[in-house]
Amino acid sequence: MPRITVTVDGIQYEEDVEPRLLLVHLLRERLGKTGTPVGCDTSNCGACTVMLDGKSVKSCSVLAVQADGCDVVTIEGLGANGSLHPMQRAFHEEHALQCGYCTPGMVMAAIDLLREDPDPSEETIRQGLEGNLCRCTGYCNIVRAVRRGAQEMGQAVSTP
Amino acid sequence: MTTQEVGRPRKRKEDARLLTGRTQWTDNLSRPGTLHVMFLRSPMAHARITRIDVSGARGLPGVVAAFSGQDFAAEQGSLPCAWPRSGDTVVPDHPPMAVSEVRYVGEAVACVVATDRYRAADALEAIEVDYEQLPAVLDMNEALGGSAAKVHETGNRAFTFKETSGDLEAAFRDAPVVIDRTFVQQRLIPSAMEPRAVLCDTDGDSFTMWTSTQIPHILRTMLALVTGVAEHKLRVVAPDVGGGFGSKLQVTAEEVLCLLLARRVGRPVKWTESRTEGNLTVHHGRDQIQHLRLAADADGRIRGLQVELLADMGAYLVLLTPAVPLLGAQMFNAIYKMDAYEFACTGVFTTKMPTDAYRGAGRPEATFGIERMMDELAAELRLDPLEVRRRNWIKHEEFPYTTISGLTYDSGNYEAATDRAMALFGYDKLRAEQNDRRDRGDPVQLGLGVSTYTEMCGLGPSRWFGDNNAGAGGWEHGSVRVLPTGKVEVVTGSSPHGQGHVTAWSQIVADALGVPFEDVTVLHGDTAVSPKGLDTYGSRSLTIGGIAVLKACDKVRDKARKLASHVLECSPEDLEFEAGAFKVRGTESQTTIQELALAAFAAHNLPDGVEARLDSDVTFDPENFSFPHGTHLCAVEVDTETGMVRIRSYVAVDDVGKVVNPLIVDGQLHGGIAQGIAQALFEEAVYDADGNLLTATMADYLLPSAADLPDFALDRTESPATSNPLGVKGVGEAGTIASTPAVVNAIVDALRPRGVNDVQMPCTPERVWRALEGVRR
Repeated sequence: MPRITVTVDGIQYEEDVEPRLLLVHLLRERLGKTGTPVGCDTSNCGACTVMLDGKSVKSCSVLAVQADGCDVVTIEGLGANGSLHPMQRAFHEEHALQCGYCTPGMVMAAIDLLREDPDPSEETIRQGLEGNLCRCTGYCNIVRAVRRGAQEMGQAVSTP
Repeated sequence: MTTQEVGRPRKRKEDARLLTGRTQWTDNLSRPGTLHVMFLRSPMAHARITRIDVSGARGLPGVVAAFSGQDFAAEQGSLPCAWPRSGDTVVPDHPPMAVSEVRYVGEAVACVVATDRYRAADALEAIEVDYEQLPAVLDMNEALGGSAAKVHETGNRAFTFKETSGDLEAAFRDAPVVIDRTFVQQRLIPSAMEPRAVLCDTDGDSFTMWTSTQIPHILRTMLALVTGVAEHKLRVVAPDVGGGFGSKLQVTAEEVLCLLLARRVGRPVKWTESRTEGNLTVHHGRDQIQHLRLAADADGRIRGLQVELLADMGAYLVLLTPAVPLLGAQMFNAIYKMDAYEFACTGVFTTKMPTDAYRGAGRPEATFGIERMMDELAAELRLDPLEVRRRNWIKHEEFPYTTISGLTYDSGNYEAATDRAMALFGYDKLRAEQNDRRDRGDPVQLGLGVSTYTEMCGLGPSRWFGDNNAGAGGWEHGSVRVLPTGKVEVVTGSSPHGQGHVTAWSQIVADALGVPFEDVTVLHGDTAVSPKGLDTYGSRSLTIGGIAVLKACDKVRDKARKLASHVLECSPEDLEFEAGAFKVRGTESQTTIQELALAAFAAHNLPDGVEARLDSDVTFDPENFSFPHGTHLCAVEVDTETGMVRIRSYVAVDDVGKVVNPLIVDGQLHGGIAQGIAQALFEEAVYDADGNLLTATMADYLLPSAADLPDFALDRTESPATSNPLGVKGVGEAGTIASTPAVVNAIVDALRPRGVNDVQMPCTPERVWRALEGVRR
């Protein structure tokens, strides 16, 4: 059984994993990181999106062995010192979640979207979130939240 | 001093946990020694099981047990149908795990219990099943014909139902205009984001089940009735639930079987569905063929409406299957006055997944039918679609109004909502652009669609349920406890899955008791914590559950008043209650609700007949439904060369009565509108000729993403409900009900000059293109 080393939310783990074990199951069932949920089997819904070496991936479509030597950030590792990440705050402010099942993945995808385009238009946001499905919000408030998150993150960068 | 909370856009208390992943989805939970369950499911739509052997699975690594349906035949009971509304309803036996015959693809035939889900999946492959294939029954019209195979020995007819009001024959006799149309409500897959999961623990004698359900209370009673496990030995918990839309309003095979498996193996067991399992086996929605005839005068006034439905039940009747299409019985006549009305419905068994409640349940189907007919009537008479509606609807000064189908609408103002929607939409300007594009022969045509709707919300008065053969009533429970420190704990029987009960209930309680919003917490979704309830569906949470909480606050205040008069040595009538304090009129003397809570806890000096603790317990049963209404307008651009439809703008003006939290109301509308648009444009559960579900994954079943939808412009009018003291009407289903016909009416409006008068849903580019080709030839 392959042994991997993976850093999750700042803590390094060494794990023996079956080659077929999915990253999302490693996170959820071995490391207790249940903040990342599973919504589909086909990588269509994006609920399980996490950051892998700084880029968003759907953790149901990544084998645990592929994360060997990588740095993973989940929704539980996102805020710093108990405070919310600006994107999490923006989702709260704009009522961009209802049942909340898609929310961790949506927040991760939104942050990755801003890495590509720090000041996205509504059109860019809608296209950028195409791989993350929400069944509650009709996306109106999610789009607003991503705009707001972008503004707040932009300000955080420009005002040290 | 507290400010008014009801009506305020409070951000949700629920969010903190959900935003940071500190959630309790059922699949996140575990008990020491939890075993994983997986089900082997039928690959055939209809077959006899001639041999089944699970022994190959037993003894594999990690496998604790494996069972076939035969192993549970004696104890698994039959899954319940709680609302056989029509007296002639046939309710077939419905074993949770098939014993001798399968009737839809995905039906469970065997199961494995193993130490982890990967081992369980391996073991499923070692189970051997021999099937003798039987003919699939997929088409409702064929199913009712004499030569079709029988889904059940009793035949393929589940029930017939007919109600007539007024003289239908007279209405149609010599009518200047008769519109005759057949519409198809395609089958939908509700697709809550959280797949279902069940965790059941036992200490040998009693059981605790955590499950992703909308109905923990109903489920507990039903599980007891189905399995014989005593109700008082069974606790059901709905922890965080990731969406429902009706799909988790069910007593599922998997819940029954997890309970029986926990009893069999004496250890906690957990089952989590894959999305494919979910698409196959979470009940589907809609699926009707609607034949409508409408008779009208030359000026567009409706004389009579005749509705004939075929409703696909699927293979079995689950909790509410036969009642769902019949919720449309009193809704097809909608907001319109007419002289005669007839509703007839036949429920049909087919070899498909059963249908049941899906967002709106029976009312979206009805609204679609009548709103499409109103547009066809307008086209026939060359009138504006809004003008035809204006000529027929109940005027605001006519409320309360008893409709031809027997409901009494308490309040509403269709004119006000429509006028506001038209202004916001820019109706006249868009009509001008439409005409311009038509004149120019633009390949991209503009279409404007309207839908003016109402629904019967807040299900519902227990007496009505009784009169209509339902197994239970429609009351709801609320309990309010002012704790010794003055903080307030609320218990509600309504069990949310994204609707924000904790926030909205906190607002209601803060106002009613004059305590800070932050000082209120709300407990729900656990039969051990919230012992009474009838749960969450049919937009009943606020309209019934919220009112129960409000009435519990009234009762607490009455008790506090007695105590205050005792403490302050005055008569109760001399006390005025303001901002959480009882004040003796004309004096400085006062005491706060927090002080009274402490006094009631200490109980050193209580007046006669007043019990310790400042708390109360209420059930509320509404006297009537509530009737939200609204006007939705949609503009679409249709490319006549490719059939592509793009929503250009969408305006919704809804009257949901008094609003407790505008943020939550808007959010519910946004989501509902998106789901309704999805029915119009994207979603359809498709079975092939052998009964295989071709849309069993999210790659095949097209849920809309952010890229597929526009922003929605919302506004409100307000006519308070008279059936409850807050004046609230319910909002959960409104968007879905209104939006589907608005979109399809817009598409047909764009194409009508080319001779198209209907496009079957979902209006995919191919369907639109074929509709155009059909008239080009």
